[in-house]
Amino acid sequence: MTAGFSFPGKSRQLPLRKRKGLPGISFYKHKTLYGVVGLLMAAMGAKAQATFPVNGVNAPREACYAFTHATIVKDGVSKLNDATLLIRDGKIVAAGNGVAIPKDAVVVDCNGKYIYPSFIDAYSDYGTTAASRQRNFNAAPQFISNAKGPYGWNQAIKSEFNVVQSFVVDDAKAKSYRDAGFGVVLTHQADGIARGTGAIVTLASDRENKVILKEKASAHYSFEKGSSTQDYPSSLMGSIALLRQSFLDAQWYKSNPAKEGVNLSLQAWNDNQPLLQIFEANDKWNALRADKIGDEFGVQYVIKAGGNEYQRIADMQATKATFILPVNYPAVMDVEDPNDARFVAVSELKHWELAPTEAGAFEKANIPFVLTAADLKDTKSFIANVRKAIQYGLSEQRAIDALTKAPATLLKVYDKVGSLDAGKLANFFIASGPVFNDGTVIYQNWVQGNKYVVNDDAWKDIRGTYTLQANNASYTVELKGSAASPSLTVIKGDTLTGKLDVSGQLVKLNVPLTKDNKQQLRLSGVMGDAGWAGNGVDENGKPVLWTLAFNKAFTPKADADKKKDTPVLGKLYFPFSGYGAETAPKQEDILIRNATVWTSEKDGKLENTDVLIKGGKIAQVGKNLAASSARVIDGTGKHLTAGIIDEHSHIAISRGVNEGTQSVTSEVRIADVLNPDDINIYRQLSGGVTTSHLLHGSANVIGGQTQLIKLRWGVNAEQLKFANWDPFIKFALGENVKQSNWGDRQTVRFPQTRMGVEQLLVDAFTRARDYEKQGANKRRDLELDALVEILNKKRFITCHSYVQSEINMLMKVADRFNFTVNTFTHILEGYKVADKMKTHGAGASTFADWWAYKMEVTDAIPQNASIMQRVGLTVAINSDDAEMARRLNQEAAKSVKYGSMNELDALNMVTINPAKLLHIADRTGSIKVGKDADVVLWSDHPLSIYAKAEKTIVDGTVYFDREQDLKLRDRIAKEKAALIQKALNEKKRGGPTQRAVPTIDVLWHCEDEERGHQKQLFDEHDVMETTASQSSH
Amino acid sequence: MKKIVSVMMGCYLATTLHAQENVYPAPQQSQTIAIVNATVHTGTGQVLPNSSIIIEKGKIVAIGGNAAAGAKVIDAKGKHVYPGIIAPDTELGLTEFESVRATNDFAEVGDINPSIRSIVSYNADSKVIGTLRSNGILLAGITPRGGLLSGSSSVVQLDAWNWEDAAYKSDNGIHFNMPRLMARSNPFGASASGPSNDAVKAAMTRIESVREFFREAKTYLETPQHSETNLKYEAVKGLFNKSQKLFIHCDLVKEMLVAMDIAKEFNFDVVIVGGTDAYLIADLLAKSNIPVILNQPHSLPVNQDDAVDQPYATAAQLQKAGVLFCIANEGFWQQRNLMFNAGTAGAYGLSKEEALSAITLNAAKILGIAAQTGSLEVGKDANIVISTGDILDMKSSVITNAFIQGREVSLDNKQSQLAERYKHKYNLQ
Repeated sequence: MTAGFSFPGKSRQLPLRKRKGLPGISFYKHKTLYGVVGLLMAAMGAKAQATFPVNGVNAPREACYAFTHATIVKDGVSKLNDATLLIRDGKIVAAGNGVAIPKDAVVVDCNGKYIYPSFIDAYSDYGTTAASRQRNFNAAPQFISNAKGPYGWNQAIKSEFNVVQSFVVDDAKAKSYRDAGFGVVLTHQADGIARGTGAIVTLASDRENKVILKEKASAHYSFEKGSSTQDYPSSLMGSIALLRQSFLDAQWYKSNPAKEGVNLSLQAWNDNQPLLQIFEANDKWNALRADKIGDEFGVQYVIKAGGNEYQRIADMQATKATFILPVNYPAVMDVEDPNDARFVAVSELKHWELAPTEAGAFEKANIPFVLTAADLKDTKSFIANVRKAIQYGLSEQRAIDALTKAPATLLKVYDKVGSLDAGKLANFFIASGPVFNDGTVIYQNWVQGNKYVVNDDAWKDIRGTYTLQANNASYTVELKGSAASPSLTVIKGDTLTGKLDVSGQLVKLNVPLTKDNKQQLRLSGVMGDAGWAGNGVDENGKPVLWTLAFNKAFTPKADADKKKDTPVLGKLYFPFSGYGAETAPKQEDILIRNATVWTSEKDGKLENTDVLIKGGKIAQVGKNLAASSARVIDGTGKHLTAGIIDEHSHIAISRGVNEGTQSVTSEVRIADVLNPDDINIYRQLSGGVTTSHLLHGSANVIGGQTQLIKLRWGVNAEQLKFANWDPFIKFALGENVKQSNWGDRQTVRFPQTRMGVEQLLVDAFTRARDYEKQGANKRRDLELDALVEILNKKRFITCHSYVQSEINMLMKVADRFNFTVNTFTHILEGYKVADKMKTHGAGASTFADWWAYKMEVTDAIPQNASIMQRVGLTVAINSDDAEMARRLNQEAAKSVKYGSMNELDALNMVTINPAKLLHIADRTGSIKVGKDADVVLWSDHPLSIYAKAEKTIVDGTVYFDREQDLKLRDRIAKEKAALIQKALNEKKRGGPTQRAVPTIDVLWHCEDEERGHQKQLFDEHDVMETTASQSSH
Repeated sequence: MKKIVSVMMGCYLATTLHAQENVYPAPQQSQTIAIVNATVHTGTGQVLPNSSIIIEKGKIVAIGGNAAAGAKVIDAKGKHVYPGIIAPDTELGLTEFESVRATNDFAEVGDINPSIRSIVSYNADSKVIGTLRSNGILLAGITPRGGLLSGSSSVVQLDAWNWEDAAYKSDNGIHFNMPRLMARSNPFGASASGPSNDAVKAAMTRIESVREFFREAKTYLETPQHSETNLKYEAVKGLFNKSQKLFIHCDLVKEMLVAMDIAKEFNFDVVIVGGTDAYLIADLLAKSNIPVILNQPHSLPVNQDDAVDQPYATAAQLQKAGVLFCIANEGFWQQRNLMFNAGTAGAYGLSKEEALSAITLNAAKILGIAAQTGSLEVGKDANIVISTGDILDMKSSVITNAFIQGREVSLDNKQSQLAERYKHKYNLQ
């Protein structure tokens, strides 16, 4: 096969390195030889490229091969036995039974072997250079892109990048892919939020010119800004806002706006739209986020998954997207040390257990998907991991489809690759058996008609019984074990274990003659079809000549192909947490009998009263109510209040509460980044919270749009949202926004003083007003849209604020633009301007007793809430702290202590008052017939330190129940013990392990300086990395 | 008649505007004081209904019984009397505004700073102090932070002209901040197996450097003559002669095991400060007689799988195992919530009196001041608080009187003055 071809020019360029101290030829000759062999392979089957000059003698050829007697898996569905695959000049001529073999074909007998179409990976960065990030966290801020040229303002939008222009064949990487069965990949540069186009290339080690199947096949996106050194966006919600604005800008750019000039990024964004749109989500919630943006702009993304999507399979199905699924399952953690294991959450261990079910779950749910080798540390493990997926429920047929026809169809190249049909590229691999059976070996992988050896040593199954003749003695030798690396034993009374090394045709045998291995023959030689022969040395050092003659083939044990047992697996919980539920809790009709009911209405506190909940609403409040079918809860000696509403919270948010990189970021939305898995939802339910207002942080003057949620533990992000509420936005004033405590480098961003804050606000609203007046063809600006909503009283402000001057200032700005500041939050000097706030119509949401954590809270007093309340403001007590939110009733009680507030008013500060501030007082916040059944049953007086929430009910659904909670703790302990046993066994089996890594739930606060009220057990460093430049109180 | 005068005085104090600069530390007790008709919570677990306390020359001279003639009588009918609350571990007086560097005097540079003394930078005029006193906190352990050995703490009383007057027990202990013995998760999701990421190993090396220091200090101190004086070694002399305790700040089981081993190696009196996971080895701590200054119960659980109320319940678990512990609060201004942290521990398994002991007598024992204070017992300093109701519950705990060493201290503070100022503005009196 290898005879008679010229070396391509490239081989001459190989450096012939001479190693010092090695005399003469041996070393580099050897090296050269390998180089030559490799390149020979590459040259095979290729015709010279027309425009390239030939150095030497031209040797055109049309390599024609016939692979006979093979089992051919044409497309994952049809399997042909004893069939022939005929290829010529890099293409398939025919595949089937009874194919006529032309005379010029080299015939390769594939008896007993399987031929598959080479796999296709729809997600790769093969042949690209990883863009490196060189961001200096200590550097001054960078507001616009550093990219040189007529590109867009944001460095993370790189639509203009076309990978085909910088694509370079990478022999080593190509080999690792080919070894795993791949012949074609879609490659792109995985850098930035809009990443430009991807190209489809084969994995042949040939010139770039010849391996490219499609120059621009796809456009790629992600939420990661990658190598961009620009500050914006710093948060996930910022990335999403940037994508959204880019869609709008690109749309607008189609009209060639003179103001913009040439913007190649936007041009390319538009040009790329007809291509396949692929989004690297890498996480279940990100998948939904990506799909949602796509829906807003009429784009159906193909979603690159991350491996945890099985946890929300119904949500994945609802996206109607095709998924690209990786098979990189987490390595088992080393949980031998119980003190390390203590910090590993059940959810983490369970993800390890269930991750291999991902592909099977997608198949079962009928969600279209393809498989990728992306994310694997080592592509070598690809096939083994697909086998694992099969063991965990994926069908073999679907696995093959997801690697051949499905990706080819997705990438619109099924006319070229993806099956073994005439006219397609000769991309196929030859394996020892069904590719996903344990022990199956890939011998060769052919790409574009070029042969690449994967594991040719095993091509011929040499296993069997042989007779060894060495000098005058004769021995029975058995070669058995796996076909890929057979072992050698000698039958000589006992069965003695020797050694066999095969390297191509060259063999090396070590034949023991005694049990103690003290006497052995060391033989070297060649294995040939006609028998093996060679020379060697005997136990006494004397030369021997030997032959090995074949007697009988090896018969593998019958059960070698037996399917592995389907593993026994734990249950999926919603959310995916130790405290999740197997099935979502249901709305019930509930009658709470004989409780002390704190109505938060005019009727105050009602003793010995019943409350009936029906259909998620409060149906009746009174004495001796009829239960009918309702579940009865005895409230004797207990207290029932409306659910607690936290006006200022940062729980259940993914990756950043601040987009603090610009002073105005009204375009970002907390709604985009809800995290329904946050354990703090459950913890706060245990403290009686039913509704939380999730705010952007306070790092900038005009922050992001907020989101009101109900604490429905277990639902998805959309279902968490409080329906039909008036939208709000977070503003902030004072030290945080003027970056007083951000370090010496952060002195560039406007504003740096409270004077500047005022002008920033005036400017923003002036721009918004002018923008609103612009004509129909204006550039839609999501930042200004939100401000226009404020001007039109369709969006409301909750403003982080401390000192009286700034509070007064914002009200004056609002007066000037004819709107009202809805809520001042924190507002620790509210007591100084309460009269002015009342005149303006603003409400207050404050802390009970915080102070002294920074200069601007020097005059904060615990009587603040009571004074404001006495002046006539609507006053709420908020948390801004995941820990304190569990005790908001007690925080409200502090006004009884410090401000002599009456108890009813105090409780109202965490029920009806925040409801009023949030414009939801007609729906929740008190116990009144017709309102949402958001109530808490307390063990004691609800303002008492001794009160525990026994049941927290949201919309008539019991989301927290103290008795049930004890059962969950028990379940967690049992599950954890079982998972740890399983992990220990896995480790014992010798699989790859990783160190036990503590499961850390990142907590968000308003700002850096005050890290909240709980002592962080984890080094600041751990959290700092992910919260860099996050900020909020 | 006397009673009326005192009540009128109280009204005057409450309604007249003083700048905080005119809130004077109280003079030494000159007159016998009798608190009568009180429900007395002794701090030792006892509750004495309708009882009395007689104070003379700064000491408690009697509990129960009648006031002698000429005594100032305070009628505490319907009220509760407690020992002064002790904040065991705080930066009070060492900082005024967390984010303003110029006000921060609690962390010195360097890792081994045993000779650093917190007492010398304690600001007796800190505006925060008054806000603690008015909540019943009368004593505090002022603790330096940072590095490995951050220096010595001192216990102060919270009504003084200067740090010297404030000092209640100077240099009661040396503080060791044990590095965290926990693998780090990598926020960027990369492999956690690399050797460069072995935080535990690095932490053990740092811990070993402290042990080396103690070993060297020991030999130094056992040698009578030195040509050169080493102040750092000399600073830990009290640890070896047990006049000082070693407060080891740590939270996790492995860290506490190391702390116990240090106690054994050097025969130190060791106290664990933090002890978040102490409940996991409560029996061992009890058996080894290692006391714990427990992190505030108002903390989030460490791990998402932990019981949602674990930090609330830890104190009761230590109590049950027989560990000597007291309850701490983080920070400085935050100390005013110390009693509510104890209250929460009371809601989750401690009895109310046990919860009280956890911020009074137990704290005094652990800080080494139990002979003088921590409980209402005859012979002890008259550090006493009178409350309208349960001091552990914010809905009922208005403090009406407080005494430090028999001196009735002002309950006025900057914040109540500001409140008065604006009540005046709005006519809300």
